[in-house]
Amino acid sequence: MENDVLQLGNRRFTNRLFTGTGKFANNALIPQMLEGSGSQMITVALRRVDLAAQEENILNYIPKSVTLLPNTSGARTAQEAVRIARIAREAGCGEFIKIEVITDSKYLMPDNYETLKATELLAKEGFVVLPYVLPDLTLAKRLEDAGAAAVMPLGAPIGSNRGLETAALIALLIETRRVPVIVDAGIGRPSQAAAAMEMGADAVLVNTAIATAQDPVAMGRAFALAVQAGRMAYLAELAEQSSLARASSPLTGFLGGD
Amino acid sequence: MQVKINGRVEQLAPCTIETLVRQRGLKPEALVVEHNLKIIQQALWSGIALREGDTLELLSFVGGG
Repeated sequence: MENDVLQLGNRRFTNRLFTGTGKFANNALIPQMLEGSGSQMITVALRRVDLAAQEENILNYIPKSVTLLPNTSGARTAQEAVRIARIAREAGCGEFIKIEVITDSKYLMPDNYETLKATELLAKEGFVVLPYVLPDLTLAKRLEDAGAAAVMPLGAPIGSNRGLETAALIALLIETRRVPVIVDAGIGRPSQAAAAMEMGADAVLVNTAIATAQDPVAMGRAFALAVQAGRMAYLAELAEQSSLARASSPLTGFLGGD
Repeated sequence: MQVKINGRVEQLAPCTIETLVRQRGLKPEALVVEHNLKIIQQALWSGIALREGDTLELLSFVGGG
């Protein structure tokens, strides 16, 4: 496990739990959560400032050792996503970008078509592109061809905490992957994160389930342990399932024989 | 002069980006400034006078997943 490294762009990750900065009741919990979970990459968003009430600078709460993953939330088209990505890079956030293009406000489903277009453009500009998508095998292949550094399928709608509703489709992405598969969105419990890792996901990204837990620091730690356990189980290769019982103790008579 | 700030057209007296940021009470360290689609580093704010028809985006990093 010590040598089990996930490489994305020029960064090497030994912790496969990626986290987010949204929805924390108090931003001071973010560095504590990062320390407790050991998470090495965290998402941030870019917004127009509210000229009436200025918010805190979220970047002040993220240690320099943690890789920033700016997202393009708010983008409705590939062009808007590209613009947000360029701003984030020029503002000093590094080369990583999570492409999130959403036009559906009810279920917050990603627009796979616009996401592919943005991936093509940004990969050519040298970004480490992590597209957030509905798990579609054909699209995943196109994203790989377009230069995506990973593919990030959703488990369930953003913030829904419903878990791996798309598990069967994610499994196809994992079986055929040429770049890492990171399950993003919908994971609500550590056991669901462990299940994603057992399936062979390369990492998971969890925000809401940690940030809105009663104790986000402890929940971050719980997710990190689950991800580690799931990863270890995947590498150890799970034993086969069987429809019939297979005795694990000898079935020969002991005291009952003549 | 008229300048579009965060999508809204506003009437401004002549000023630089730096004076505008100060007048609005914005914290410079938390601010990303895009002037006519170009990111302007903080060190350059005082040297750029806003002009009629300019577009300014005042952005900041916030929590997100």
